[in-house]
Amino acid sequence: MSKPKPKVRKEVISMSKQGLEERIQNFNEVAFGYAEEEAVAEAERCLQCKKAPCVKACPVEVDIPEFIRLIKEHRFDEAIKKVKEKNSLPAICGRVCPQEEQCQADCTMGKIGDPISVGRLERFVADWERERGYDVPQKSASTGKRVAIVGAGPAGLTVAADLTKLGHEVVVFEALNKPGGVLVYGIPEFRLPKAIVAAEAEYIEKLGVTIKTNAVIGKLYTVEELLESFDAVFVGTGAGLPRFMRIPGENLCGIYSANEFLIRVNLMKAYKFPEYDTPVWVGKKVVVIGGGNSAMDSARSALRLGADEVWVVYRRSRKEMPTRMEEVENAEEEGIKFKFLSNPVRYFGDERSWVKGIECIAMELGEPDESGRRRPIPIKGSEFIIDVDTVVVAIGNTANPLIQQTTEGLEVTKWGTIVVDEETGKTSKEGVYAGGDIVSGVATVISAMGAGKRAARAIHEYLMNKR
Amino acid sequence: MYNIVTKRELVPHINLFEFSAKEIAVKTKPGQFIILRVNEKGERIPLTMADVDPEKGTITVVCHEVGKSTRQLGQLEEGDCILDLLGPLGKPAEIGKFGIVLCIGGGVMVAPLYFQAKALHEAGNKVIGGIGARTENQLIFENEMREVCDEFYVATDDGTRGYKGLGFLEELLKERKIDRVITMGPILMMKKVSELTRPYSVPTIVNLIPIMVDGMGMCGACRVTVGGRTLFACVDGPDFDGHQVDFEELMTRLKMYSPQEKLAFVFYEEGGSSL
Ligand SMILES: Cc1cc2nc3c(=O)[nH]c(=O)nc-3n(C[C@H](O)[C@H](O)[C@H](O)COP(=O)(O)OP(=O)(O)OC[C@H]3O[C@@H](n4cnc5c(N)ncnc54)[C@H](O)[C@@H]3O)c2cc1C
Ligand SMILES: Cc1cc2nc3c(=O)[nH]c(=O)nc-3n(C[C@H](O)[C@H](O)[C@H](O)COP(=O)(O)OP(=O)(O)OC[C@H]3O[C@@H](n4cnc5c(N)ncnc54)[C@H](O)[C@@H]3O)c2cc1C
Ligand code: FES
Repeated sequence: MSKPKPKVRKEVISMSKQGLEERIQNFNEVAFGYAEEEAVAEAERCLQCKKAPCVKACPVEVDIPEFIRLIKEHRFDEAIKKVKEKNSLPAICGRVCPQEEQCQADCTMGKIGDPISVGRLERFVADWERERGYDVPQKSASTGKRVAIVGAGPAGLTVAADLTKLGHEVVVFEALNKPGGVLVYGIPEFRLPKAIVAAEAEYIEKLGVTIKTNAVIGKLYTVEELLESFDAVFVGTGAGLPRFMRIPGENLCGIYSANEFLIRVNLMKAYKFPEYDTPVWVGKKVVVIGGGNSAMDSARSALRLGADEVWVVYRRSRKEMPTRMEEVENAEEEGIKFKFLSNPVRYFGDERSWVKGIECIAMELGEPDESGRRRPIPIKGSEFIIDVDTVVVAIGNTANPLIQQTTEGLEVTKWGTIVVDEETGKTSKEGVYAGGDIVSGVATVISAMGAGKRAARAIHEYLMNKR
Repeated sequence: MYNIVTKRELVPHINLFEFSAKEIAVKTKPGQFIILRVNEKGERIPLTMADVDPEKGTITVVCHEVGKSTRQLGQLEEGDCILDLLGPLGKPAEIGKFGIVLCIGGGVMVAPLYFQAKALHEAGNKVIGGIGARTENQLIFENEMREVCDEFYVATDDGTRGYKGLGFLEELLKERKIDRVITMGPILMMKKVSELTRPYSVPTIVNLIPIMVDGMGMCGACRVTVGGRTLFACVDGPDFDGHQVDFEELMTRLKMYSPQEKLAFVFYEEGGSSL
């Protein structure tokens, strides 16, 4: 392996994408991923610096320099094992993590050139492994303890994987018909193929976890009842309650919440209607309200479902958008148009009660609010009207309330999220832990996994000390 | 996979299904619903439970074939399986001791109304039942209802059986002191019932079944306006105060997918066997 050391390449190895014309007509994944030689070339750029700021910025502490070194040496098999020591869902994280704000943010290479593309490398080794079939690690001896997990999103699946590896018996209860949480019902196929989510969930089942779908906790069993047959419960029910603006006309036909729109399209595969039975209706002109991930995903889905024109209406400016810039750029490239500093005040419909117009008001930015972003303030008399056929309201989700409503003694914040100890995920109720969006409100896949990791550690400790 | 233990055709295109689903059977209360999917490509079909047998571990639903998905379900037979079955969803109906309770059911929803009427009867209420259908040979669950009602009326839209329309209800309201009305069935019927009871200020509970997707509060497809507020029928209902409901909005929202539904149905009927 000892070649004379050439000068390091400063530019990131680019990843090929589906052509524009083509991709806006289909739901196939936009980015193709690295080929072997591309991955190795990108890995060769890593300086292997001792400081490793990347590891510190990774919420699940993947040993990034080490797995990159293994890729450089073509030891892909060992590289993926290294990643999986810390991260059970690498093919997903490699695709949807905001690496630019985390591992890649302080990359030493980034100071003299492009930071190393950790995400693409992670995706590469995960895909490499999936194509060859998974190696399932040895399980520890059974501890005889049982843990129930509520919700099969990234938080729940992470806890499940970690605890089963330690020898506990784990059952995941998921209300929907497929595991994955937002990964399966929210994030579209063209960003995260569902076959990958299914494969990663299958891997977790191979580890020994039982995933029980169609099981709504709070209805089928309460947490209290679970505690009768399990030694601990982890709640990872996410933030899936859609918010509406509660303005006139919001219940007209043709107005969706982003969750409804995306559940139809992703979970129920409405983009394949009528092969699949669930329909979705998209008119010629679509307006998406909001500026986050849900807004970008809805807008790009609407375009692929045949809309002629898709607008994103956001009340702040581009700078404040709570989404990855890469996704905004993808959206712009595909022809999505943005109307910043505008907010709807009412909708009006035609004689059949279908939405046909939105009255908006222009906004200006005032002082920063509690989120640190400048607060949008309506400008009097600036109302204007946008014609529209379909509206998607993507102004955010709040915590799923069912567990909080049906579990006595569970402390909850005024936003409906569950109160926990940050380090352990321990709730106010003995034996009950929580993490992910149900605690933080909508955050990221990796932060939900990070919370899952911490909770798994704490639950393990709790179980081993419990008699 | 969930097994069909019993299938019985009640009248053409309305079938009773008994599914084996022990966990759900044990937990279900009258008024709650399930969501099922026949197969991997299937739509989520919400159906209100018409009975449960916790010991046997089964739940019963009655389904009217109105489009592709319900037709597909209707073509299954005893011993067949469905892919997904989720429940119990929605708030249970309020079963208290009210006094004289009038249960008015129409069409397929007479079946789930029976489940409530039975519970109300067992709770010591005097239950007056009134069931209807478009025409005589569409009536279902008549014997079951009779069994749990202290007084019983039958009506049809065309007068081929019993009273013609809801006239009997007007008389009952005029002559008797009714403590509570529960109505399940076509929207127009529930709207009419609510209008009739309003002048008498009789608490009137209607059962709203807008289009639903997840059935657990995550999408808002099922939003209804009640007393000027937007609520989600799947978690805040499906039972609501009939005097506060915006029925017009509910009716237009139910028609939202008509063109797509027709398309799916035509495709299915013409080439259906491949599914
Ligand atoms: C459209 C969209 C796009 C996004 N894009 C990104 C992205 O690109 N990158 C990124 O990092 N983050 C993204 N996010 C955020 C990220 O998906 C979430 O932060 C993450 O999924 C949270 O994980 P979780 O496990 O806490 O909850 P979820 O993923 O929400 O999973 C919770 C699960 O619990 C189930 N559940 C709820 N209640 C019950 C109950 N009572 N009983 C049983 N099960 C129940 C739900 O059905 C669900 O499957 C996006 C979010 C959305 C909505
Ligand atoms: C909580 C709830 C309980 C229900 N209980 C029963 C029941 O006990 N027995 C029964 O026969 N039916 C019941 N329904 C209605 C049943 O779910 C629909 O008829 C069915 O989903 C239609 O599917 P389809 O593909 O066959 O028809 P489609 O072709 O999709 O639609 C035909 C007609 O059914 C209506 N419809 C379509 N989708 C839905 C939906 N998701 N919910 C409600 N209406 C819809 C539409 O207005 C349309 O006019 C219930 C619905 C809900 C929401
Ligand atoms: S059906 Fe989705 S919120 Fe009620």
